[in-house]
Amino acid sequence: MATIHVDGRRYEVDGGDNLLAACLSLGLDVPYFCWHPSLGSVGACRQCAVKQYKDEDDTQGMLVMSCMTPSADGTRISIDDDEAREFRASVVEWLMINHPHDCPVCEEGGHCHLQDMTVMTGHDRRRYRFSKRTHRNQDLGPFIGHEMNRCITCYRCVRFYRDYAGGQDLGAFGANDNIYFGRHQDGVLESPFSGNLTEVCPTGVFTDQTHAERYTRKWDLQFAPSICHQCAMGCNISPGERYGELRRIENRYHGEVNRFFLCDRGRFGHGYVNRDDRPRLPEWRSDRDDACVTLEVDTALDHGADRLRSARRVIGIGSPRASLESNHQLRKLVGDDVFSTGIAATEQRCLAAMQALNHSCGLPTPTLREVEQHDAVFILGEDLIASAARLGLAVRQAAQARLEALAAERDIPSWNDAAVRTLGQNRYHPVFIAYPTATDLDDVTAARWALAPDDIARLGFAVAHEIDDKAPAVAGLDPAMQEAARDIAVRLMAAERPLVISGGSLGSEAILEAAGNVARALARRARRGGLLLVRREANSTGLAMMGGKPLEWALDELASRRADAVVILENDLYQRLPAAPIEAALAAAETVVVLDHQRTATWAWAHLGLPAASFAEADGTLVSLEGRAQRFFQVFDPAYLRPETRIRESWRWLHVLRADIQRHEVADITLDAVTRDCADAYPALSAIVAAAPDADSRVHGLKLAREPHRSSGRTAMRAHIDVNEPRVPQDPDSPFTFSMEGYNGYDRPREEVAFAWAPGWNSPQAWNKFTDEVGGHLRAGDPGVRLIAPHPGDHDYATVIPEGFRAREGEWQVVILPRLFGGEETSSRAAPILARAAPATLALTIDDATRLGVSDGDRMVIASHTGSLTLTVRRDATLPEGVVGVPAGCAPAPAAGEWARLTVSSAGGPGVEAHS
Amino acid sequence: MSVARYHSQLRQSAAERRAETHPLTWRLREDGAMVGLDEYVAKDGYAAVREVFDRQSPEDVVATMKTANVRGRGGGGFSAGMKWSLTMKGPDIPRGYLLCNADEMEPGTFKDRLLLEQQPHLLIEGMILAAYANHSYYGYIFLRGEYVDAARSLARALEEARAAGWLGRDIAGSDFDFDIVLHTGAGRYICGEETALINSLEGQRANPRDKPPFPGQSGAWGKPTVVNNVETLCNAPAVMRHGADWYQDLSADVSEDGGTKLYGISGKVVRSGLWELPIGTTGRELLERAGGMRDGRALKTWLPGGGSTGFLLPEHLDQALDFDTIGELGSRLGTGLLTVVNEDQSVLSLVRNLEQFFARESCGWCTPCRDGLPWTVKLLQALERGEGESGDLELLDKLADDLGPAKTFCAHAPGASMPLQSALKYFRDEFERGVAPPSHAAQADSTPGFIHQQVR
Repeated sequence: MATIHVDGRRYEVDGGDNLLAACLSLGLDVPYFCWHPSLGSVGACRQCAVKQYKDEDDTQGMLVMSCMTPSADGTRISIDDDEAREFRASVVEWLMINHPHDCPVCEEGGHCHLQDMTVMTGHDRRRYRFSKRTHRNQDLGPFIGHEMNRCITCYRCVRFYRDYAGGQDLGAFGANDNIYFGRHQDGVLESPFSGNLTEVCPTGVFTDQTHAERYTRKWDLQFAPSICHQCAMGCNISPGERYGELRRIENRYHGEVNRFFLCDRGRFGHGYVNRDDRPRLPEWRSDRDDACVTLEVDTALDHGADRLRSARRVIGIGSPRASLESNHQLRKLVGDDVFSTGIAATEQRCLAAMQALNHSCGLPTPTLREVEQHDAVFILGEDLIASAARLGLAVRQAAQARLEALAAERDIPSWNDAAVRTLGQNRYHPVFIAYPTATDLDDVTAARWALAPDDIARLGFAVAHEIDDKAPAVAGLDPAMQEAARDIAVRLMAAERPLVISGGSLGSEAILEAAGNVARALARRARRGGLLLVRREANSTGLAMMGGKPLEWALDELASRRADAVVILENDLYQRLPAAPIEAALAAAETVVVLDHQRTATWAWAHLGLPAASFAEADGTLVSLEGRAQRFFQVFDPAYLRPETRIRESWRWLHVLRADIQRHEVADITLDAVTRDCADAYPALSAIVAAAPDADSRVHGLKLAREPHRSSGRTAMRAHIDVNEPRVPQDPDSPFTFSMEGYNGYDRPREEVAFAWAPGWNSPQAWNKFTDEVGGHLRAGDPGVRLIAPHPGDHDYATVIPEGFRAREGEWQVVILPRLFGGEETSSRAAPILARAAPATLALTIDDATRLGVSDGDRMVIASHTGSLTLTVRRDATLPEGVVGVPAGCAPAPAAGEWARLTVSSAGGPGVEAHS
Repeated sequence: MSVARYHSQLRQSAAERRAETHPLTWRLREDGAMVGLDEYVAKDGYAAVREVFDRQSPEDVVATMKTANVRGRGGGGFSAGMKWSLTMKGPDIPRGYLLCNADEMEPGTFKDRLLLEQQPHLLIEGMILAAYANHSYYGYIFLRGEYVDAARSLARALEEARAAGWLGRDIAGSDFDFDIVLHTGAGRYICGEETALINSLEGQRANPRDKPPFPGQSGAWGKPTVVNNVETLCNAPAVMRHGADWYQDLSADVSEDGGTKLYGISGKVVRSGLWELPIGTTGRELLERAGGMRDGRALKTWLPGGGSTGFLLPEHLDQALDFDTIGELGSRLGTGLLTVVNEDQSVLSLVRNLEQFFARESCGWCTPCRDGLPWTVKLLQALERGEGESGDLELLDKLADDLGPAKTFCAHAPGASMPLQSALKYFRDEFERGVAPPSHAAQADSTPGFIHQQVR
């Protein structure tokens, strides 16, 4: 701790920060541009100048940049000093010299840090009367718009893109007042974190291109605290809606999870919410040969209830992309014994193994923030940037944290970013990756091994044995692997906090058990480490905790006619298993009820289709891969601007359907009641009620506003429907109002923040007003509740170790390679993601390609006993011999781990063709 | 002798230059050709290295340099011995780099060029001594790209030195390993700033680095790094050979500072060129050695040491040209090469030209320099055209002040503001003449930013 004096007042601060961070943490406003809580200080913009005095007697003082000055004990500064104020006014005046002043047509306007800082410094009169320099803009792909004339040259974009996120293709070009931030030529920004540029850039150089066509100012958007549904990370997001459409997704600060950054799938993958082809009314046909008719709610429910009531046996298929509440309501509807999770058996076994390991490996599951504090990382069988991108970004920070440690040895403070990087160079904490092919983290690895899944497991088992010889040894390990295992073991043991990361991406339980053994060995050797296991979908973890039968069971029940009716919740089965068994099962079913917000191939089988709410129209609870139960809240009421729609939360549909079946009067239900019921039903989920405040919570006696207080157009936006303004939609499920009325401030601590705004702070930098210190935690605590913790004591090692991988003649083992863009069901229905996704290709080793006489761009058929697929060949220099890589998000045939045959395709043309 | 070499000519005869009084130039040949290895060795070359290796520890070398008070000849004037003593060394500290700043690009400066072209072995010897003192294991000469003759000389000298065992492993049986790479710059003035030089050498953008940490703690590739100017390093062999007291005595009568200085003059004088003289020599003596003003025109003003130093007046000619004296006059000794301006020349245009140079050469890292300097240029251009507006001079005053020390990231903008500030002080009338008389219309609308509505 340190005592500093600011404008004559004493403050206690953490002396490790720079003065700018210290002042902002104290709630004092100091303008800045080049500093960022996650990027540290570089002293470029000179905006944060303050007057520093040597001691009590010093009346002269001298200007210092607060971002580059330590908040050492006894520091005396003045923010209000005239010279400092005048200099800060000069800085903004210079920054505005070449700025086009195009706020009215700029997409940053209204959430622009440059606007905020210009107002804060009082620059309101233009004195510069000469010409401005202009730049040519670039086409940076489907995500990011580029308008370089607005640039104020703070360098934050390149510092985030290159230094923080490891990107290569965005740079600073030129010199003097002609600096250009862009690519060496037009083209798609390669970094999967490019979307953060829109928030890192203090003005409108980099803006959300997906938002551009249907643009709305921040103050006119309606927000709610939400959770990203595009993978299992559980990143907190702030989706904004206008006119019944989701317009953009902003990062929502969570001190333990995503903090300031999102991946591009999460930020730009929400377009499926706005699709025109979404089901918006109940659809019914009594026979599959009939055409669908749309029905009113009550009629639809009656038809459905009649059919289900008369069915012999109704089973339910849940979904790992639906909320706990919806899955629970389905399970209540059909009964515990006939509920399937909707997850394929292989994946479910992996999920069960992961859930067990979270308890029984002796190491805790770190939060994303904690990941960054580990000083050695061993990743088995995951390409994190593809399967849990935000986690990959955290691992990159963990590796780079060594730079700060090295700098500390030379008394260089961790926030002095350029000095830290200079001293540390490329000396990173060790990261080891075992994965079949190259990954986007390879540039920070100490070593990486391209191995087949079984060999990845063997390497893991060998590492565990090297750490603790009570762990089973691996028989017949080749000397190079032995050497590698020894090296990894030594480095993990040398670390203060080693981290093991694995997951289900390759569908291999052996890899998970190997990771578990490494964790157990570390735990037994009393290492304060962590084990983090990657799940695939937004609620995979939660559904595994809830339990249920695998999807194959459900299909079998239907195909064998042990069950004649099925209710399918938000799940396109075609994404999970080959088409043939699905179609056999659904064709056999007398009644198929489908609830979904997308018109999927599964929807096409429905007798009754119920239009479900997407995450933007619903509330619910998800459990992220770190075992954090988090609530997402409804952003908008879809019926407000489209009164004809009958979209409801799945849990609401299922509740009333159940009541209808049981011929009960339909009692109203609220989210809180469903959540509590769900918590009571499953001991593992008992804490989820505490994941968020209930609907009765108030701040300062007020409900919470979804809309900023400058929100406009309420009386006009529905005028094409009715000139009478209806009452705003009521929300019985949450403490939020569909209105600008309600609490929207920052000074009363609250966990659930729909949008970040504080007086004078309209940009995302306003989050600094909500945290206990800049980059810290929300003052009311970070939202959500952790559900998993390791059980104490030593845990037994797994002993089943697979044989070493052997390549076969004429057959290849299939590995399914996750893809950030195009590898996930719902985001793949968003146009920008489709535009960004690389074509699906078949990864073949160069030797195999040569042997088969194919090269890049040729078409090959890959066939196994589950089906076949035609893909374009991409030669992969990293892949191990005997393995072939198939991208996730094609058809689920062939399955992971299967052996498949390859033949050159006779059919031409690009694209993916599935045959079964 | 090519025309291009005209300025960089030493104007002292061989007879005048003696080993005991002209440590930098006594070995130079009358014909201006490079002093090769044999000739250099015959003229006591590499004797200092041999002597130091035989009898002195690195710490001794640092101590001698410190006592001699060799102040940085690149313009900063910081004690080289002090810099060496602050460089981190020790069993736990990795050996670092010795960088020679030969990126001579200061307007009006051409002294290092002489040493580089004609006497590269003196620099190499100085670098060996500096490397020995600082535990540096590799040296780089960061040479201005346009100095192609110097590059040729240096390349030849490095080869000769390596062949003769003065560079490489186990130099002169001392167990000390050191080698030097010649790196030619791509032509940015800012690379002469020592930390920008390091960034450029590393292949990064040539932006300066914040200090602390100083290069001596964390310099090139994060290792302890010493950056010294060519002339500074060229002083080291004589200091080691003859001692700190001798060095101090070279200037004893005229200045607190030690040693000689390679002074020069360019501009409207009869003979521009270079002279090695005791540090503290007056501007008047230099002007006389240059044959006085050309064409009988009167001296109007002069820059004492390059474009980034403040203007001085004829009345300052009798002041000692050393770091402290010139500093007290509100300017800087800089590189010690005078730029002389006569009564016919426009200071306004000269300053505009300088500011244009400095604005162009800004690295673009910090706001005042990147965006403030071009604004001064535009204001000066308007004044030159007679299109200045009332308030422009005050704005220039404010800009010059805002470009000052501590407000900018490095010394580039403060250097650029020095000639501007001093010109505004000494020659304000020239600037005022550039302000157009307010027109009737302009008077009517003299409050910018407000919309005046006329009600009829």
